[in-house]
Amino acid sequence: MIQSIERSSAVLRLLAAGPDRLRVKEIADALGLPKSTAHSILRTLEHVGFAEQDPRTARYRLGRGLTELGKAGLDVNELRSRALDWADTLAARSVESVRIGALQSGSARVVHHVFRPDDTTQSMDNGLIIPAHATSLGKVLLAYDAPAADAVARAGLDAYTRRTVTNRRALAGSLGEIRAQGWGGAVEEWEMGRAGIAAPLRTFGGLVVGAIGIYGPVERICDSRQRPRPALVELVCATAQSISRDLTGPRS
Amino acid sequence: MTARRGAERYVLAIDQGTTSTRCILFDRRATVVAVARAEHPQSYPRPGWVEHDAARIWRDTRKLIRRALQSAGIGDDQVAAIGIANQRETAVVWDRATGVPVAPAIVWQDTRTSAQVADLDATLFRDRTGLPPATYFSALKVKWLLDDVPGLRARAERGEVLFGTMDSWLIWNLTGGKEHLTDVTNASRTMLMDLATLRWDAELLEVCTIPPAMLPAIRSSSEVFGTAVEVLPGVPIAAAIGDQQAALFGQTCFAPGDAKCTYGTGGFLLMNTGSTPVRSAHGLLTTVGYRIGAEPVAYALEGSIAIAGSLVQWVRDGLGLIGTASEIETLAATVTDNGGCYIVPAFSGLFAPHWRSEARGVIVGLTSYITKGHLARAVLEATAWQTREVVDAMNADSGLALTGLDVDGGMTADNLLMQIVADVLEVPVVRPMVAETVSLGAAYAAGLAVGYWSDQQDLRNNRHRAGRWLPGADAARRAAEYRKWQRAVDCAVLFSSEDQGQE
Repeated sequence: MIQSIERSSAVLRLLAAGPDRLRVKEIADALGLPKSTAHSILRTLEHVGFAEQDPRTARYRLGRGLTELGKAGLDVNELRSRALDWADTLAARSVESVRIGALQSGSARVVHHVFRPDDTTQSMDNGLIIPAHATSLGKVLLAYDAPAADAVARAGLDAYTRRTVTNRRALAGSLGEIRAQGWGGAVEEWEMGRAGIAAPLRTFGGLVVGAIGIYGPVERICDSRQRPRPALVELVCATAQSISRDLTGPRS
Repeated sequence: MTARRGAERYVLAIDQGTTSTRCILFDRRATVVAVARAEHPQSYPRPGWVEHDAARIWRDTRKLIRRALQSAGIGDDQVAAIGIANQRETAVVWDRATGVPVAPAIVWQDTRTSAQVADLDATLFRDRTGLPPATYFSALKVKWLLDDVPGLRARAERGEVLFGTMDSWLIWNLTGGKEHLTDVTNASRTMLMDLATLRWDAELLEVCTIPPAMLPAIRSSSEVFGTAVEVLPGVPIAAAIGDQQAALFGQTCFAPGDAKCTYGTGGFLLMNTGSTPVRSAHGLLTTVGYRIGAEPVAYALEGSIAIAGSLVQWVRDGLGLIGTASEIETLAATVTDNGGCYIVPAFSGLFAPHWRSEARGVIVGLTSYITKGHLARAVLEATAWQTREVVDAMNADSGLALTGLDVDGGMTADNLLMQIVADVLEVPVVRPMVAETVSLGAAYAAGLAVGYWSDQQDLRNNRHRAGRWLPGADAARRAAEYRKWQRAVDCAVLFSSEDQGQE
């Protein structure tokens, strides 16, 4: 058994039971813990959104994170707001369009779109639902969400091109590969002539809350052997890591 | 020395803002190479007073410049020029001999001089400077210091103390006390500069009892102000420009009719009106947009949206309907329209074009059908309708028709808000790739002055769209909704005037 988890659950029960907000000392006294230990636990619970401190009275209560435990833990609009500058930088450096996706009731949805930095006319994909099994963004999202991957597979894997993965076993293999390498690619699996590279966005404890990726013509995204260019893969992964670091940092 | 990035050269922008100072290095493609940022304390010694420690701001700036160069791994000789963008109107007065400020800087938000505003001839000031007399502008802040600090007026007359806005203060310090200069955009916010001649106005100085000896010389926004002696010896200081004007320049709003809006806690909308100043009949400010060297000056109209992001903060902190500001969009997206509900956030009166300081906020159109989703939508729409009112006033004053709006600031992350703004204005709304438009504007102005960039077309080539929202088609519905918004605004005025009538 892990002691700190037991203690944390005891703190949560106390916060849930009391009609009033509690002081650190009250919690420490109730559990027979040193005040510093109780304080560390409360700070961590606050960090992950399970406890909240009233800035005026310094007392604690249950956090909003608990009331929406079933949700991914991060609002998609909050995700966009926190990833905005990083996504712009990725678009500027890769000279490709950037999309951030999240799973919403089993489908992959574009929640942010940065245009390719050239002067071509482009339209916003925000809100667009993209096929999860046929895009790099979608496959990365499915790779870290087994129930969603099952549901998508059961619903039937439509073929968009001759390269779309339509076999359940092959899809499972592809998702395993994404987990192993930490990023996913899709070359002409949805639209002919187009390819994408994506990587997961993680919050506390490694929880995947979305994916960021670039999408563009195969000749720009891939090398001569139709494989995603290593330099672009590195750029996407580095951006995903920067955003993830930001997501687990202190909230501003 | 750390590994140096080849021999490429960069432009350093200093963005001396109200709550923080930032130093950002840009390369030739206008991409951010390094950022260093530090917040400084806000001092509120009495109700309505807001002060900054100018000496602290200079110390921060020194440190941040070094930190930015270090983080980019470049040497001093790789900085082609320094450009300064700054919080406007904030007044510093310092001792010419020692360089020590004689008092804390009086910040633009400070209202200690409100009793003196009524004494000023509004028509005179508006005609001469484009600004209605207000505590906001520097003049009365300087006068207050001259009246309050013992012996200061006599010293000012002898030229022993100097006045400047933050640009002047930083230039003076960077040049080791050699140059006492400001740019025409900052000077246009003092309420002391003649908008037509671009010189200090003797009559206004006399009215405000400010000795000319303490004033900086007025230069363009983009020219060499001097060579740094401190921190980056030998590097030219090649731009100074007020922060909102810097954003206009950074957004490359170079043609008459081009406009930008920065959405933060409030909103600042500036429209380039070309080389003749447009006098507003709707209470907008007439100001200098920028001036490049000896080229003709570009004037601008400015309108502010008093409450934008701060309304969202109120929904979060005051009502507790959301946990983070971004969740307003999630909540608003739970419904498809406002359900007939409108919120007029006249928390401290109505600004341009209404100017009803007695008005207070109202929520109208409530029925049992209204949910928190409808309220959230009305919150976002309030920012959009306020923008529309300012744009309508600008179009009417300038005779130009806005064809698109360039946006920046934190609220541009709100996709639904940007779509609503496009719908309500009936023009495309564009977010640029570089979010730091204020710093970019200062860098552009500095880079132009030293030939780092060749011309304005060169700057335009750096500009790329990161996102664009196109207006929806239903013009009739928008018109009906605008009428409802205007009636809601009437309610805000009516409600508070009733209240005053009973006193």
